[in-house]
Amino acid sequence: MDARRESEPNPVKNHTTAERKSERELVVTRTFNAPARIVFEAWTKPELLLRWWAPKSFGVSFVSCEADVRVGGTYRFVFAHPASEQPMAFFGRYIEVSPPSRLVWTNDEAGDGGAVTTVTFDEKGGKTLLVMRDLYPSKEALDDAIASGSTNGGETFEQLDELLVALGASVGRS
Amino acid sequence: MVQFPHARLDASFSALSDATRRGVLEQLGHADASITDLAEKFHMTLTGMKKHVGVLEQAGLVATEKVGRVRTCKLGPRRLEQETAWIEGYRQLWASRFDELDNVVDELKQKEKIDGRKKRE
Repeated sequence: MDARRESEPNPVKNHTTAERKSERELVVTRTFNAPARIVFEAWTKPELLLRWWAPKSFGVSFVSCEADVRVGGTYRFVFAHPASEQPMAFFGRYIEVSPPSRLVWTNDEAGDGGAVTTVTFDEKGGKTLLVMRDLYPSKEALDDAIASGSTNGGETFEQLDELLVALGASVGRS
Repeated sequence: MVQFPHARLDASFSALSDATRRGVLEQLGHADASITDLAEKFHMTLTGMKKHVGVLEQAGLVATEKVGRVRTCKLGPRRLEQETAWIEGYRQLWASRFDELDNVVDELKQKEKIDGRKKRE
């Protein structure tokens, strides 16, 4: 593929789902049009992670990206966001690395309340179904992560609050 | 799409469909109040106000707490609505990442094809 094609938006994107599967668990799924070994490679080489983990559309950029992807190896992702003066660091340890089908790591930036993330790569007919599970130590830990708006910032709540206020105001006038 | 808890949203909308209940929410936005206060403010019987507060409480829009003989009302946690919004935000974050990952994956696939061809030559 040449460079021009690559920068054009892909017309048909596979759908991403996200769901709270249980009191302690969040699950994200997505299919990729490539064999598992290729998708797995993109998750396990820092120079490749660097290219997709900080999406431009979210306004985040990498300050640094270190990932020693082997059992017991550590990672440290540092991001900058225009809304935050301090860079944000995410770090943890890989506890299972089974190419090309399974990757498990800890999320240690939140202390004891951090989730363990398991990503499975399931290849069928040349496509790969990716399932990512964040398992929190307790219901309270996941509730807290949601309440604090960590992971994706508090912006969504403010938007929801605005919506409710607008909704209340508009029906109030009618 | 994230699965919206429809029953919960329906409850929110039907709770908001009544002028008195919207007034109660606005009032509680300024300060907590007892059911007696609210009944007086909206010129209603205590029983009528209890009913309205019950509907709002059911929808998670209001939380009540009984201290002694007084039941105090305040704005509710709207936990599920918040959670739905948060999960949708989380989904969008990963959807954006995965859309970028598609580009990396396409490139690796292409490279593998070219390398494969070179090997055969």
